[in-house]
Amino acid sequence: MIRRVALLLFVTGAALHAQVSFDRLLRAANEPQNWLTYSGTYTGQRYSELAQITPANVKDLQPQWVFQARSLEKFEATPLVVDGVMYTVQPPNDIVAIDAATGRTFWMYSHRPSPLARLCCGRVNRGLAILGQTLFMGTIDGHLIAVDAKSGRLVWDVSLTRPEAGYSLTLAPLVVKDKVIVGPAGGEYGIRGFLTAFDAKTGKQVWRFNTVAGPGEPGGGSWGGESWKTGGGSIWVTGSYDPDANLTYWGIGNAGPDRNGDSRPGDNLYTASVVALDADTGRLKWHYQFSPHDEFDQDATQIPVLADLPWQGRPRKLLLWANRNGFFYVMDRLTGEFLSGRPFVRVTWADGFDAHGRPKRIPGQEPTPRGTLVYPGNQGATNWYNPSFSPRTRLFYVPAWVNYASLFIKRPQAYVEGQYFGGGEGRATDAQGLRTATNNLRTEDEGYGAILAIDPLTGERKWEYKMVDFTDAGVLTTASDLLFSGGREGDFYALDARTGARLWKFTVGGQVQSGPMTYSIRGRQYVAVSAGSSFYAFALPR
Amino acid sequence: MNRTPGSAGSRVPALVLVLVVGFPWLGVRPGAQRAYSPLDVEDGQRLYLNACTNCHGPEGNAVPGIDLGRGQFRRASSDNDLIEIVRRGIPGTAMPPGNYSNTAATQIVAYLRAMAAGGTTPTAIGDARRGRAVFEGKGQCLTCHQVNGIGSRLGPDLSEVGRLGRASEIEQAVLDPHREVLPQNRTVTVTTRDGARVSGRLLHHDTFTVLLLDSEENLRSFDKSNVRDVTVIKTNPMPSYRGTLADQEVADLVGYLVSLKGTRALTP
Repeated sequence: MIRRVALLLFVTGAALHAQVSFDRLLRAANEPQNWLTYSGTYTGQRYSELAQITPANVKDLQPQWVFQARSLEKFEATPLVVDGVMYTVQPPNDIVAIDAATGRTFWMYSHRPSPLARLCCGRVNRGLAILGQTLFMGTIDGHLIAVDAKSGRLVWDVSLTRPEAGYSLTLAPLVVKDKVIVGPAGGEYGIRGFLTAFDAKTGKQVWRFNTVAGPGEPGGGSWGGESWKTGGGSIWVTGSYDPDANLTYWGIGNAGPDRNGDSRPGDNLYTASVVALDADTGRLKWHYQFSPHDEFDQDATQIPVLADLPWQGRPRKLLLWANRNGFFYVMDRLTGEFLSGRPFVRVTWADGFDAHGRPKRIPGQEPTPRGTLVYPGNQGATNWYNPSFSPRTRLFYVPAWVNYASLFIKRPQAYVEGQYFGGGEGRATDAQGLRTATNNLRTEDEGYGAILAIDPLTGERKWEYKMVDFTDAGVLTTASDLLFSGGREGDFYALDARTGARLWKFTVGGQVQSGPMTYSIRGRQYVAVSAGSSFYAFALPR
Repeated sequence: MNRTPGSAGSRVPALVLVLVVGFPWLGVRPGAQRAYSPLDVEDGQRLYLNACTNCHGPEGNAVPGIDLGRGQFRRASSDNDLIEIVRRGIPGTAMPPGNYSNTAATQIVAYLRAMAAGGTTPTAIGDARRGRAVFEGKGQCLTCHQVNGIGSRLGPDLSEVGRLGRASEIEQAVLDPHREVLPQNRTVTVTTRDGARVSGRLLHHDTFTVLLLDSEENLRSFDKSNVRDVTVIKTNPMPSYRGTLADQEVADLVGYLVSLKGTRALTP
């Protein structure tokens, strides 16, 4: 009888351990063998306490296994790892459960998206969220689905939007308490963006916040006429969460039409902004708009990074943000107070800030029918791929497009449902207005990719790691002061996080368009990343 | 300017004919319904060359009774008519519907209008047979270019240049080759740590590696840890033939180049 009870307790204990409770998500940093959220923890720092791989031994890293996706879409997902099982998304919308030690597949759940789905930039997905034993995935045809993590069977499926109108879900959802929070991409199709929370158990909608403020809503006066109906304000990446303040932080995408603001006079809130929303109600606590009346496609679709640092002599809860518009921002994340904004690359659309943190626009720097050369260019100084902050080095690391410009061309734009709503284009060009090279034929004066290390307290660039080509790869840092990233050149590499010196590289043969992550199994640390159509896991030799 | 054997990279390629794409100097046709920017025309040209030349030819006159390059259409008069035809095709004829947005179709029309506006100074197109003799003889074009498997791989292959560019563009590339070099036609000079210099056509450049085709047409790979300097040359090494060739020789050369249509099967 005692043996039976002991066995029952053991089984029950194991089952409970397998549950990913909200408490485990809150304390994800305490179990670095796992990777429980898109960014690893709620802070958005993408920093791990794992330190088996060090600057001294990283040169010995070896590939352990490769998962080859049956898809030629961009592989942008960051996987979750829960107690030895990896969960990721084969693009566009297949959830895969993989043995994180061997790369072998336990099960796959395939969602077949509607052919009506409209995506500007690839049929992509950036990952999953988990709560209890349920995985959550947004789909490119605008569904949020819940799938059992053990069996791969569907739990519930809700449709948020109309995919034929350009609404799609590409982000990894954010789970807070008992809710799953998502918002749609589609800023190039004239969507009206929003953030919304669903009950994780039932799939019932709990709250909704419109990222394009309509009449009667706070900020609704910032849109001329009925332009708010097609104002954009998309969501691409997962928000961050401060449990003490119970606030979630989200970056909001560009205003639409992207490069022609004539039809939308005003600041166009809350596009190109960060919003701080109450996690329980979705109510707006504060906002800050990085690019008022954006006409450069300056989506603020970056991962909000939360860090507690001494600011001018006193401890403050900060929000760190390297924006697509070329400025690195420090803000008080409790109040939204603008503390500083400094360019981290060449910027020609604005020249500093007024006392309230509003950017001072440079006259004449706006899209025109003949095109205006503006830095940073159309893809931005950085973009959706994640930065990292190391509490050890106290440096902020951002993948950047340096010395990069585009010719911003403005065109008339009528709204037609489901059709591109760009209002022009941003054409890659050099300073002389000539076409620039595509991959791997580039010269430095046409711009280059880099990892920049920024001291958030001063905005000063501490070091720069240059690549020949641009990058769409995120950054991971670890407690051994290593930094991992990649780029369009098809390499995955490790840098010394303190100096930027390259310590190791491996040619993965395809563009790295995702953020690296790390986990461990039975005491062995792995570093993993997707590249091309495959996913790679590396570790030191046994 | 004979090709001389010797150390790799010891000479500059004699002739690299690089097609210049775009007509920024062209105005808008008088009477046209819309004004188009040079950027629209450039985009339209790219779309036209990709999709329309198989039937209409680069000059727009390959279909009997239609001369797009001179504004001569069978069924359209306004720009809106043309946009509609580009997008929807003409049922019952060989003109298929194009899968174009309204913007893209408008850009194609912009190019057609610009072609017609620029057609007032016709390019002299001489005798292709004599032009071939210039190409292979006095012009020494095979030093850098290849036609149907004969010649050098250092410059762009011209086997189907007559399908991809108008006579006026080809003439300009011969007389004024310095306007723009397409990125895929760049040259590079690598200086190794032991002082050797190797030049050639740039094939790939990343943080760790440079790949090129050297002047002896060898595929070369350089690890940057063994390299002192990498200089990518964006200017065109091809000299202008203005003054080097007589006007008739230029016309004959253009006549030969526009006759090069390649061997690819054409689809309607």
